[in-house]
Amino acid sequence: MSAHATFSLRRVAAMVLRYWYLLRSSWPRILDLIYWPAVQMLMWGFLQLYVAQNSGFFAQAAGVFIGAVLLWDILFRGQLGFSISFLEEMYARNMGNLMMSPLRPSEFVAALMVMSIVRLAIGMIPVSLLAIAFFGFNVWAMGLALAVFFMNLILTSWAIGIFVAGLLLRNGLGAESLAWTFMFLFLPLTCVYYPVAVLPSWLQPVAWALPPTYVFEGMRALLIDHVFRGDLMLQAFALNAVFFGAAVLSFFMLLNSARRHGSLLQTGE
Amino acid sequence: MVMPVPPIAVDGLVKVYKTTTAVDGISFAIETGSITALLGGNGAGKTTTIATIMGLVSPTSGTVRVLGAEMPRQRHLVLHRMNFESPYVDMPMRLTVRQNLTVFGMLYGVDDLPARIRVIAEELDLTEFIDRPTGKLSAGQKTRVSLAKSLINQPEVLLLDEPTASLDPDTADWVRGRLERYRSERGTTILLASHNMAEVERMCERVIMLKRGRIEDDDTPQRLLARYGRETLEEVFLDIVRGRGETREAAQ
Repeated sequence: MSAHATFSLRRVAAMVLRYWYLLRSSWPRILDLIYWPAVQMLMWGFLQLYVAQNSGFFAQAAGVFIGAVLLWDILFRGQLGFSISFLEEMYARNMGNLMMSPLRPSEFVAALMVMSIVRLAIGMIPVSLLAIAFFGFNVWAMGLALAVFFMNLILTSWAIGIFVAGLLLRNGLGAESLAWTFMFLFLPLTCVYYPVAVLPSWLQPVAWALPPTYVFEGMRALLIDHVFRGDLMLQAFALNAVFFGAAVLSFFMLLNSARRHGSLLQTGE
Repeated sequence: MVMPVPPIAVDGLVKVYKTTTAVDGISFAIETGSITALLGGNGAGKTTTIATIMGLVSPTSGTVRVLGAEMPRQRHLVLHRMNFESPYVDMPMRLTVRQNLTVFGMLYGVDDLPARIRVIAEELDLTEFIDRPTGKLSAGQKTRVSLAKSLINQPEVLLLDEPTASLDPDTADWVRGRLERYRSERGTTILLASHNMAEVERMCERVIMLKRGRIEDDDTPQRLLARYGRETLEEVFLDIVRGRGETREAAQ
């Protein structure tokens, strides 16, 4: 393979290996992947138990809160996994080495996507097993629907991650807080824990413009009505294609702007 | 007769950040296998010039070519044939030396990487600590690791930003010796930014002096010393930075 190939799997593998070495060398980093999702799941699980004991509706809709928190964590942790791997390069003052190397932006992004899945797997698989042990809720029983939910949520999380990475390249660590908080805007708007119908009518079109809304509605349809809504998933995929395309475009615009303004020389505050 | 393409060719380079002109129309070409120093006081335009050569900054006008490729537009055609080292860019600290060299070797497309790491570890005396985390090494050892990273792909063009900054004299001398040996063995073209004038006098065949984004002087260290009537390059540097060179030339 030519050393200046347009897309090199070996360079993607090099970056994945770099992050794997980093994760392996630091047990607090691994613990952090599991700790908070486990706390969240337990808190929502016990709340669900309490509400179910006092409401016939929730007694029938078993697992709707735990399902929601697990799917929300795919969305949130997927983006965080992407962004934290990117931030590690800025904290390590290694961005200059990477930007000067033959690594292409598309390869860098591909490696960050792989790492977001690796980090998610480390965090979510044990937490999903805990949900079975504590509450008898088996997220894996959703089967194919879970795979479709996952694909849609991870696509949105990558789109946000790519956009935030562009902002970080352009504005340095001054934009770091966006990496941690951007996704929280999605928490009320994508109706993670309640149906879209709860929102005021003027806000509902905003919710329907966001791909995860379709996933959370789809999850409720599956757990409450026992119906898989393929139509919702197709709409989510279509919106994700738009989100992902816009994120990639904005990333390259921000990268070019960083080259013009000399921001790549100074990725600090 | 076809003229060989210079490994680094800068032509009419201008870089303006908002209202500040960092580089103001400089042109130079560097010969294959030479060691050239880019000198100047703080804010003279060295960093911007080197960053443009590396493809990290896009020019406002003018062109920069490395190994024939226009930077930054065609940088991916040549990035695997060049490399750089700077004390202001770190290697990932939690990774061992071997892990770092493995990652960067893969990024640079190095063939038979384990063998290359073995050779470079021997050349730069890294073997003793090759499986230790980079962050646990002394400043001198870290510089050698950065140097190993910069030589992992056997670059044809090597950019060095103050390669011996913060090193003790013995380690600095060792680094200079290794770089000189590497250049003589491989014919690598080296562009060096340094504030250590003794280093520049020892290593470089040519010195480009920048001041306020322009080339103030450009010659061999010996001819600069003769022209400014000075004993050391440090005195020449001070003459240029403080404007005494202009006064001296006007008087002559």
